[in-house]
Amino acid sequence: MDQSSAQEFIQHLINGISLGSIYALIALGYTMVYGILQLINFAHSEVYMVGAFAAYYTGKGLGLDQHPGFGALFALLLAAVVVCSILGVTIERLAYRPLRKAPKLNILITAIGVSLLLQYSGQIIFGADPKLFPEVIKDVTVFQLGGVEVRSLDITILVVGTLVMIGLHFLVHATKIGTAMRAVSSNTMVARLMGINVDQVISFTFVIGSSLAGIASVLVGLKYPKIDPLMGMLFGIKAFVAAVLGGIGSLPGAMLGGVILGLSEEMVVGYLSSTYRDALAFGILIVILLFRPSGLLGSQTREKV
Amino acid sequence: MTAKPTAARENILKVSDLAVSYGGIQALKSVSFEVKTGEIVSLIGANGAGKTTTLRAVSSLVPYTGTVEFKSKSGEVLNLATVPQHRIVKFGLAHSPEGRGVFPNLTVLENLQMGAFSRTDKEEIAQDLELCFASFPRLKERVKQKAGTLSGGEQQMLAIARALMAKPSLLLLDEPSLGLAPLIVAQIFEIIKKINSEGMTVLLVEQNARMALKISDRAYVVETGKISFSGRGKDLLGDPRIIDSYLGGH
Ligand SMILES: Nc1ncnc2c1ncn2[C@@H]1O[C@H](COP(=O)(O)OP(=O)(O)O)[C@@H](O)[C@H]1O
Ligand SMILES: [Mg+2]
Repeated sequence: MDQSSAQEFIQHLINGISLGSIYALIALGYTMVYGILQLINFAHSEVYMVGAFAAYYTGKGLGLDQHPGFGALFALLLAAVVVCSILGVTIERLAYRPLRKAPKLNILITAIGVSLLLQYSGQIIFGADPKLFPEVIKDVTVFQLGGVEVRSLDITILVVGTLVMIGLHFLVHATKIGTAMRAVSSNTMVARLMGINVDQVISFTFVIGSSLAGIASVLVGLKYPKIDPLMGMLFGIKAFVAAVLGGIGSLPGAMLGGVILGLSEEMVVGYLSSTYRDALAFGILIVILLFRPSGLLGSQTREKV
Repeated sequence: MTAKPTAARENILKVSDLAVSYGGIQALKSVSFEVKTGEIVSLIGANGAGKTTTLRAVSSLVPYTGTVEFKSKSGEVLNLATVPQHRIVKFGLAHSPEGRGVFPNLTVLENLQMGAFSRTDKEEIAQDLELCFASFPRLKERVKQKAGTLSGGEQQMLAIARALMAKPSLLLLDEPSLGLAPLIVAQIFEIIKKINSEGMTVLLVEQNARMALKISDRAYVVETGKISFSGRGKDLLGDPRIIDSYLGGH
């Protein structure tokens, strides 16, 4: 490898990991809900979409693109997290909880219904044309390392993504509610015998998963600033593939699957052709389902939540 | 069993006319029994008789008709059907389920902490954890291990210890001897006797009728969703109806 191709590779590496950490954030929401309810929450991608719009309107309303910086970023993240949490919990309450004892297929179809409902409501409420996400972080080259440009946006995404995942790890492993989440995921009936209020734990899981989607939506808005009500479809499916790749139900799996998917997409685009970008995720899905349906880190003793 | 004055004691649990259906199948038709403070009471009976279902109904895990009255730690008699399920433990009723039900991917310590989930008295929980380790030194050695890596006997001890971490006044134990080697079974029954001698009231479900009757003050025989008869533990050990059906004929 000569120097310029090594630089190019490292550039792709940085882009890939930053895209991957966004996939990971969304994948975590799929995997947490699956771990606790054995439900693929198809509406999760629309929660993510609504998060982007919550941040968009907050940014516009407060004129935050005139005052870029971490304060503005924080405001957008907060708006997306609050709106997504409320939406996620509401969906669970209204659409899934009444079906708690129904066959799994009924809940799955309901989830698809909620997803479509939000897509079409989004088009009515927000309008179908793309909107330009407020640029609260100026994407400038922060430093050059041996010819590789390290840009502020990628640093922001990596720092936010890493902090959030460390926080999640702490939450799940070092708090009482986090341990209760793992207990419910492991055996709901026995969790009830411990006096755990399972409905409350499920709500809490939706709050956390939806918050992560909200955070991801802001990071995506910064990186790919055109947002529209159908933005959740493709991105959501890819994040879902990342969750399956890592092993659905496994938190480290979702993180790993996200990063692998982001990296592979970036490499495919960089070295083959961008035409294959979207096909790649589905290719991975098919291969995983054929050869290792439990995913990379999924197994009998996996850490489900 | 040392003579314990049971006559003067009050009911801690009174179950009347309990009936449970799973879908169209009636698993319990009419089950009535009572447990007095300080007793070990056993429900014995064949596989499928309805013992587990009875305990599940008492813990409000399945819908039922009939009444379950429980005297809470504060002395109040509660109709458990009117109490939110997740608050039952807080009132003093802990239930160690059939098949042990340890959380395999949680550590031993986390399992015990989940046992104390309903409690908020941090310092007392820490003290009880120490007491628990004193009674179950094997668990202390394995405190950071995932519960799924324990042996069957250790998992059963963890399940009992976890239930005790709720600081209950009544302990429900569903088939603690299930699938364990005879030596371990003997240890488990010793533990149950010890817990009881320290003041814990125990409602025990067992297929191992001989072991159960030996340590029980009283026992009820469950047959196809009904109580067919009951008596004092040592009397039933010599009862021909029991000997023929549940003690292997001699
Ligand atoms: N979840 C369930 N769904 C349907 N039937 C059940 C279920 N659990 C138990 N049963 C049935 O209820 C009856 C009583 O079962 P159970 O209470 O487990 O008996 P035991 O604990 O005495 O072996 C059995 O006929 C059993 O097949
Ligand atoms: Mg049983």
